[in-house]
Amino acid sequence: MEIILFAILLSAGAGFFAYNAWKVRYNILLGQDIDRSDKKGERIKTMVLVAFGQKKMFSRPIPALLHLALYVAFVITQIELIEIAIDGLSGHHRFFYFKLGGFYTFMISFIEILSVLAFVATLAFLIRRNLLKLPRFTMKELIGWPTKDANIILIAEVVLICCIFSMNGADEVLYSRGGSHVEFAKGHFDFAISSWMGPLLFQNFSIDALHVIERIGWWGHILMVFAFLNYLPYSKHFHILLAFPNTFYSNLEQKGKFTNMESVTNEVKLMLDPNADPYAAPANPDEAPKRFGAKDVTDLTWKNLLDAYTCTECGRCSSSCPANVTGKLLSPRKIMMDTRDRLVEVGENYRKHGKGYDDGKSLIGDYITEEELWACTSCNACVQECPVNIDPLSIIVDLRRYLVMEESKIPSELTGMLTNIENNGAPWQFAQSERLNWANED
Amino acid sequence: MRVPTMAEKMANGESPEILFWVGCAGSFDDRAKKITKAIVKILNKCQVDFAVLGTEESCSGDPAKRAGNEFTFQMQAMMNIEVMNAYEVKKIVTACPHCFNTLKNEYPELGGNYEVIHHTQLIQDLINTGKLILEGGETFKGKKITFHDPCYLGRANDVYEAPRSLIEKLDAELVEMKRCKTKGLCCGAGGAQMFKEAEKGNKEINVERTEDALETQAEIIATGCPFCNTMMTDGVKNFEKEGDVKVMDVAELIAHAADL
Repeated sequence: MEIILFAILLSAGAGFFAYNAWKVRYNILLGQDIDRSDKKGERIKTMVLVAFGQKKMFSRPIPALLHLALYVAFVITQIELIEIAIDGLSGHHRFFYFKLGGFYTFMISFIEILSVLAFVATLAFLIRRNLLKLPRFTMKELIGWPTKDANIILIAEVVLICCIFSMNGADEVLYSRGGSHVEFAKGHFDFAISSWMGPLLFQNFSIDALHVIERIGWWGHILMVFAFLNYLPYSKHFHILLAFPNTFYSNLEQKGKFTNMESVTNEVKLMLDPNADPYAAPANPDEAPKRFGAKDVTDLTWKNLLDAYTCTECGRCSSSCPANVTGKLLSPRKIMMDTRDRLVEVGENYRKHGKGYDDGKSLIGDYITEEELWACTSCNACVQECPVNIDPLSIIVDLRRYLVMEESKIPSELTGMLTNIENNGAPWQFAQSERLNWANED
Repeated sequence: MRVPTMAEKMANGESPEILFWVGCAGSFDDRAKKITKAIVKILNKCQVDFAVLGTEESCSGDPAKRAGNEFTFQMQAMMNIEVMNAYEVKKIVTACPHCFNTLKNEYPELGGNYEVIHHTQLIQDLINTGKLILEGGETFKGKKITFHDPCYLGRANDVYEAPRSLIEKLDAELVEMKRCKTKGLCCGAGGAQMFKEAEKGNKEINVERTEDALETQAEIIATGCPFCNTMMTDGVKNFEKEGDVKVMDVAELIAHAADL
């Protein structure tokens, strides 16, 4: 009975996650193509250092250590999940216990110690968000759902850890009384934490009650995992998976290098080439003319969209953004959140009404305002700070390109600057013939 | 001061080793012109075989690109590339990190392949090879100097060490701001902000950054960018500290120390 229930839950949990993951993949692939298939070795190295090794987190050591505890606990606990899956499907109890012997005790002890550290870290995170109210967690783009989302995740982690300890603690007491499971006689597991915490909490419970507690812990653990897995695609927490592909596909160029728009290059070459035939047919007549820059999420690259799903809203970008720290409307984190929210909306529309459906809304205007975009100094602080190599700047620039080249919406002083460059080759009104005057002034 | 142009050099059948890309600020801005001249004095002193484009130079296109006008950028870039390729330019030095970045990173795809260095890198090399000796001039011994990282030199191109090594060569005390190197705060001029009013906020970015600099108690705020120089100078004025704190380009410090 329990096995059937477990099998159903396992397939439902995995199936639903696969469906949601497919939707996310579909949405990301709505982005424009960009080639990131080169330099595999360097990409793997970046992924290992930045995602697996958490390298960029350590520029802020306190949250880095707290996060490391959670991260390592999360990764190592996956081993225990394998056992839970095997036990659940086979009806065994602690399948690896007799197979691995002393190593099993070591492994579970290790998980227990990490879980305690993770528990402390989770509490610290809850305190940082809700009591200390750190500035980057109280910015206005986090009001409402994003704040709730973050707290749900942290509370889920607390519950998960409590389940692990009720499971192991109750089982320890059961084992010491010879009532753990048919395969187990009488003895001690000797796990680092539950060997003393179990008796401390559960000594006075009856064997029946202990069995219930142990089962609550076991089922609670695996149910939380299924719930968590399926919550990921709806929450900011997807970074635990997407950090890996996102860092793999990082921009490996110098941060200062902006893309050169190929479509523009072709036109500029035509303009400068005296032999060019202005009436020549385009090379690919079937290809729909692309927009200059980005008006909506589908004009951005798939990497921009992957960035948006990877963002966990930590706000390091915004807390280092010169515009944001001086009170301007721009927040790079909001740019990423808006991009993701709009993409979810567009994806739903496309699946419901057919690909290419126009709902009359766009990323610019309905989500991101021009004022935000014009506040950017392109200083790359947000790009530098992001622990998973998200690049908000390239989105900002593509949105600016659309405003300027498609809609001619640009601050009037910049129109003057551009006119000057076009007329006299300098952003100010000085004649090009005066460029060398400085050499003759004293 | 000798400032040969590429055209003159070519007329004499010479092909200079390095092109000094002056940039718009360096050509037209009164403050930045002083930086340009300091660099020329250093180049003259070390007998570097260089030339400028002079009236054949045009805006690199950087502010147009950052403002989102790719057309204007690429027009500028291709015209500049045409000029430079005609002179068979191989190596460029520039005092403007924005020109530096765009010439180095964005011109190659458009047909302009040059070795591009920042003036602090060139000066570092001149000192390391013994061509430039810092003596006889103003002494900076024991003076507190802080360095403001230009975004397009630092984060954008990972050049952090060259300007700092020059300050250390001055025997000065290099004091870092709380936000420095990869964490350096922008002066507020990048991304074409130099040419427009800032959006509404509660503070100007250059004021925020100048606070960082003043906190170090440095007597000199050193920069390596003409736009940072403007922004920091304005910031210092905002605190009415222009009598106590000077904003100078690293090249100027070196030129002073070498009595040029």
